[in-house]
Amino acid sequence: MAAKLALEGVGKRFVKPLDLASRAANLLGAGVNETIIDAVDGVDLCVNAGEVVGLVGESGCGKTTLGRIVAGILPPSRGQVRYSGHTREQLVARGGRKALLKTQMIFQDPMASLNPRMRIADIIGEAPVVHGIISRGERADYVGALLVRVGLDPADKSRYPHQFSGGQRARIGIARALAVKPDLLVCDESVAALDVSIKAQVLNLFMQLRRDLALTYLFISHDLGVVEHIADRTVIMYLGRIVEIAPTAELFGAPNHPYTRALIANVPRLNARKHRFAPLKGEIPSALNPPSGCAFHPRCPFAIARCRVERPALVEIAPGRSSACHLNATAAASAALPSSEKLV
Amino acid sequence: MSQPILAVANLRTHFFARAGVIKAVDGVSFTLRAGEVLGLVGESGSGKSVTACSILSLIDEPGRIVAGSIQLDGEELVGCAEARMRSLRGCKIAMIFQDPMMTLNPVLRIDTQMIEAITAHEKVSRRAARERAQRALEAVGIASAPERLRAYPHQFSGGMRQRVAIAIALLHRPQVLIADEPTTALDVTIQSQILAEVQGLCAESGTALVWITHDLAVVAGLADRIAVMYAGRIVEQGPVDAVFARPLHPYTRGLIGSLPVPGQRDAPLTQIPGAPPSPARLPPGCAFAPRCGRADAACAAAPDMIDHEPGHAVRCWHPDLQSKAMA
Repeated sequence: MAAKLALEGVGKRFVKPLDLASRAANLLGAGVNETIIDAVDGVDLCVNAGEVVGLVGESGCGKTTLGRIVAGILPPSRGQVRYSGHTREQLVARGGRKALLKTQMIFQDPMASLNPRMRIADIIGEAPVVHGIISRGERADYVGALLVRVGLDPADKSRYPHQFSGGQRARIGIARALAVKPDLLVCDESVAALDVSIKAQVLNLFMQLRRDLALTYLFISHDLGVVEHIADRTVIMYLGRIVEIAPTAELFGAPNHPYTRALIANVPRLNARKHRFAPLKGEIPSALNPPSGCAFHPRCPFAIARCRVERPALVEIAPGRSSACHLNATAAASAALPSSEKLV
Repeated sequence: MSQPILAVANLRTHFFARAGVIKAVDGVSFTLRAGEVLGLVGESGSGKSVTACSILSLIDEPGRIVAGSIQLDGEELVGCAEARMRSLRGCKIAMIFQDPMMTLNPVLRIDTQMIEAITAHEKVSRRAARERAQRALEAVGIASAPERLRAYPHQFSGGMRQRVAIAIALLHRPQVLIADEPTTALDVTIQSQILAEVQGLCAESGTALVWITHDLAVVAGLADRIAVMYAGRIVEQGPVDAVFARPLHPYTRGLIGSLPVPGQRDAPLTQIPGAPPSPARLPPGCAFAPRCGRADAACAAAPDMIDHEPGHAVRCWHPDLQSKAMA
């Protein structure tokens, strides 16, 4: 059976074209180049039906761009995105635009992604009517049922987004995505803006919906605690590339890539009392000017000469686990690595 | 036991809006000793930032401190003259804000801003002030400080800007530093760097720290004591170990339970039903009662803060005294 979602060598390059002044300068031999950013570079990823895959990384690592490519909002510059084995073009050829509805996205900021001038009955009910999933007459009941499913009061359906609290708006965003009966949801930092007690409510809702509707999630977040709680498998991204993929429990129990180890070691924990924080040096480099070789080598405490020149490939290190690190290649070097338990 | 460096007693800050009186802070009391770290935890709208701004007299119309006392090293700050307040702010008491892009002047270079902050409180030459600014930047871990002094705020990354803000706040070795969610906008690895810097610098200079956050996990590793705020009041206060091991207030218990815990994947999180009340329409009596599983008729009256163990106080009619150890 084909995976629900398969990314093959997906890349996204943003190019800022030269403006008039730079082009004029180039005529005079200034040699100004276009600004090129490889936001996502050579990503291979498989998501099976019914699975929750957590996508983790710091700001600027390309996780949102990747989510948008999966949701079909951005076209990839390179590579293929297959949904149950078919590309978008094949899906459209077979089932028309309706076939694309199976992938939906839930955005970070519900205030920015809900039209402030529409009532929520229209926000949620518009798409299913347009796509012919329900008739106009069925809309009121359909929206009411969706609101109940996400834990809102159907009596509120003629209100506007600003009349709801942050947690309720997040639920409206979820109801809107569910309205077209998707089976793959891309959740981009969907709980990041919520207060602690509300975040727990929305996370519980995500897990409930997954059981009830057999949904598959690509769950994008910078919050490792949230991903550890909800994801079956976790993907760590750094500067546009995947550095590690592993089942969540194994990844948090025994992280392989030095970046993953640093991330996990830096998560504040409730049971960590009054301790010295032992931070990772430096910051995530600019995608405008990525380091040579392994993008992580300037911050990596274990970097060797090879890391500076050769980019490590994502290779399988154990069944179901992949990591992109040269240290795994040389047995001698991996023996030199301190055990991950000490770091975590 | 030494005298508290900062003593806030029964602070009430109300905003007199057209829609009515908003009791953003309604009876907050806490003390802070030299070198101590207090974690002030609460959700949006619980009044934690207004508490911080009240301490520095940064409350604007229509807000007003209507009652209470704030004593910094024995000196009363409520009703203190603005000129005196100006000489204290940034010198004996300083603040770091959530977004350093909002607090650094975008059109002035870092050196201009830092030298201004130094000469505002001390008579030193510009050359000496510049040297001190440079040392301050080096102390917060900014490489090549002489060049970075001549940069503008937009040329720094978010984490670096926050370091500059911390360097400015610590220029005069304040007795009290109030940090209002300074790492909320930062990535995990950068947050850890900032926490390490602040922790080290405060320990070195003996600065007492009030760390305001919504993230319990951050203060768990940083604070000596924790105060949990809800709807303008502190509902539980105590040593960090006691609060996490034996949370007495149902709200604290709910907050801790709603955090994902390693090794309990896929288990539903404990959730607190409902949402925090709007400060403009607080329920009478205990503000948490409408969301509380233990609420009964007694909760119609506002409970007082009562010590249940030495230094561990809770504002609840039905504190969870038999609670098992959590976390």
